[in-house]
Amino acid sequence: MVLEAPNILLASMASQLQERIDSKQINNPAMVGIHTGGVWVASALHQLLAIKEPLGTLDISFYRDDFSRIGISPEVKPSKLPFSIDDRHIILVDDVLYTGRTIRAALNELFDYGRPASITLATLIVRSGRELPISADVTGTQLSLDSTQQIKLKGPEPLSFEIVELTDS
Amino acid sequence: MSQGKKQRIHIRNGLVIDPANNINEVRDVFIAKGKIISVSSDAPDGFNADIVIDASGHVVCPGLVDLCARLREPGQEQKATIASETAAAAASGITSLCCPPDTKPIIDTAAVATLIHEKAQAAGKASVYTLAALTRQLDGASLSEMGALKNAGCVGVSNAYAPFKNNLILRHAMEYAASHDLVVHLHAEDIDLRNDGCVHEGQISTRLGLAGNPAAAETVAVSQILALIEQIGVKAHFCRLSTARAVQMIARAQYSGLQVTADVSAHQLHLTDMDIGYFNSNCHVSPPLRSLRDREGLRAGLSQGTISAICSDHQPHEADAKLSPFALTETGMSGLETLLPLSLRLMNEGLIELMPLLASLTCQPAQLLGINAGTLTPGAKADICIYDPEREWQLDSTTLRSKGQNTPMMHWEFLGQVTHTLRHGQFVFQLD
Amino acid sequence: MKQQHLQLDHNKRLRHFLTTEGLKRDLLVEILDTAESFTSITNQQIKKVPLLRGKTVVNLFFEASTRTRTTFELAAKRLSADVLNINVSASAASKGETLLDTLRNLEAMHCDMFVVRHPNSGAAHFIAEHCAPHISVLNAGDGRHAHPTQAMIDMFTIRRHKHEFHNLSVAIVGDILHSRVARSQIHALSTLGVPDIRVIGPRTLIPADASTLGVHVYNDLDQGLDGVDVIIMLRLQRERMSSALLPSEHEYFRLYGLTKEKLALAKADVIVMHPGPINRGVEMDSAVADGEHSVILQQVSHGISIRMAVMSMTMSPKGTSQSERDA
Repeated sequence: MVLEAPNILLASMASQLQERIDSKQINNPAMVGIHTGGVWVASALHQLLAIKEPLGTLDISFYRDDFSRIGISPEVKPSKLPFSIDDRHIILVDDVLYTGRTIRAALNELFDYGRPASITLATLIVRSGRELPISADVTGTQLSLDSTQQIKLKGPEPLSFEIVELTDS
Repeated sequence: MSQGKKQRIHIRNGLVIDPANNINEVRDVFIAKGKIISVSSDAPDGFNADIVIDASGHVVCPGLVDLCARLREPGQEQKATIASETAAAAASGITSLCCPPDTKPIIDTAAVATLIHEKAQAAGKASVYTLAALTRQLDGASLSEMGALKNAGCVGVSNAYAPFKNNLILRHAMEYAASHDLVVHLHAEDIDLRNDGCVHEGQISTRLGLAGNPAAAETVAVSQILALIEQIGVKAHFCRLSTARAVQMIARAQYSGLQVTADVSAHQLHLTDMDIGYFNSNCHVSPPLRSLRDREGLRAGLSQGTISAICSDHQPHEADAKLSPFALTETGMSGLETLLPLSLRLMNEGLIELMPLLASLTCQPAQLLGINAGTLTPGAKADICIYDPEREWQLDSTTLRSKGQNTPMMHWEFLGQVTHTLRHGQFVFQLD
Repeated sequence: MKQQHLQLDHNKRLRHFLTTEGLKRDLLVEILDTAESFTSITNQQIKKVPLLRGKTVVNLFFEASTRTRTTFELAAKRLSADVLNINVSASAASKGETLLDTLRNLEAMHCDMFVVRHPNSGAAHFIAEHCAPHISVLNAGDGRHAHPTQAMIDMFTIRRHKHEFHNLSVAIVGDILHSRVARSQIHALSTLGVPDIRVIGPRTLIPADASTLGVHVYNDLDQGLDGVDVIIMLRLQRERMSSALLPSEHEYFRLYGLTKEKLALAKADVIVMHPGPINRGVEMDSAVADGEHSVILQQVSHGISIRMAVMSMTMSPKGTSQSERDA
């Protein structure tokens, strides 16, 4: 499988987003990245789109649906939303859209901060394996992967990713 | 005797240790009519044994005499009974034990003393002696009827853990006891200085935030009592010493001619406040487990003879008594079954020779109580302990016979186990 | 010894939080870091996360304390747990129901966590040893022994202001003898690497062999405050006054009370802490309590984050390994 360079994907996402902002006449959108990879992607897009509001970051650890199975992560980071969510058009950014559970958690967390006017979901990679009725509005690329395969993102500069086989160990 | 025919018993080839008679060699012991006939190499003329015990490789010594064991009867039968605890004593080689007066009701009337003696007689496992209350209801204020209590068989007087209202009452109590030739057994502790302390005041009390009982609570009391004894010239016995300093003070008093004696509990010779770990309530004892230096002082006091007896300080409890936060638990540990093994450990550690060690468990405590026990002298009652000094065993709930399972020494490995115990020439315990 | 590891599961994760003593530095730092993440929740309109949804936390208080109970209650509620407040008065306990009986009754109600305050040292250890294995126990103060969440609040506040621990001089002033907070602070400070921990107070309020805790003991406030970065004032219980321990409030304040003049002996950027509530004019005067060096109110707001952190860490499923968490 040939993967395009992340820079090309990011540029494509930025133009899709700009188109969407223009067509929907969105004024002064705010961007929020999901820890950790989503923040890398978001900060690149944030720069490309020259968004005025500072970038927000979300750590969805407190909103995960698997606390009763794996507990709290020792690496949890604070969420930072340095702007008001209320009536704001939010661009939510993540690196990979897979099962949809992370986005579910992120939406719940965002709504605990306020009531946004709209949320646009942008992800660098959309892969197969959705478990929830969630889809991305803006996508860098789509990949069809087996459940044994995992996408590993490296960053933030330069941003790169590779596909690794999960071993059974 | 109601217990049937007294058998003639021949104990062969054991290492006989009889400190009272300075015997320490392989000999045979011959028993008939409940008494020692002889300790020698040859059978007395015409002696035909009903039973022969081969004691090769075993030690044969007088049955142990325990200066302090609480049997919890009357009054606290949920903890233990005379029957249960004397059986545990028999299994531990203890054939005589002395019960302090803080039963419920208190031993301040002849009736209570008689009740205990009769129940023990009926159980038949060990000879039970009693200390009478020194003050009525242990109130520390008014004298008990010591004359009547002595007639009822009490072998000494004590106020157990209860304090005296003041030193004048203590003085009068000691003088009155002396006029009845009763030895006063005293717990030396200044209750004000104790200040509700439940562990030794020091590093551990500070770290765990438990109220500390300072060493001075003992030493201040010992010095006051010694000053009184010097003034009025009576005998006194200090119970369960816990501090090195108190041992030194008593040694000096003995040297200057005062008639004072002292004992120590077996656990104080082995445990320190470090063993409390994180609030192990089985280490909640009175006096508290003290520092390593105190433990060394107590050991020195034993090896140098200042301390003349080791006792079990047996205090069995039901499980609930220890199931609370540390300070709220009852004090004391179950000790009968560790008395001999803990003592033997002192010998194995090189602190003391076997002969003086066994003296502190047999003839010396018997002498303190003024009872005929603790020797193998021909004519004496045949109270005998036989143990295998090489046998390893572990203390656990299957081997512990006392109803009190409250010991911090659960799962300890011991060397030396009692195989037979005879009381008045009858087997009261045989291993397996 | 077994009890030493009572606080940890077999993967060395926090299972109960009973004392700061014996816990590794990494774990204390993890508590501080996790608490740092929880501080962002105060920015949310809905100050609640769903971590402990469906769990029941019991505040089991054998000693009255509205302040401490309230912060634990708020922390549990912000984690979406259900909270049950049970105050067991001394009189109820004396009716014959043992602590163990109380425990068994609560276990039968399917609780997941006990937050315990008890007047006796070792009570939280005792409960942790005897409760059902799925239950986590948080010590909210046991006798004179430990008050580990309060100590971690103070560590959090110190780190916020001083960033590092390895170069600090910290003075703890007052009734060390009866203070569970002081003991927990001392263990936490020394584990976090503070090289100079001082305790200051009259001999009657300093425990025996205090130096074995790894502290320097001062009976003189002026000497003890010399050049310190952090001053922690302890609360003085009124009943200690006019006893054989102290002659009077007046004399205590004169000798050990923190005033502007005394504060000048410390470093210029010293911070002043107090676990509250303050006896103004006894432990410190108002000018210091409300002054620029005081961080006392911040301590209060950090209290909820620390307790949320410890609750979510101890309520994490027992025995999950690091690799499972990373997946």
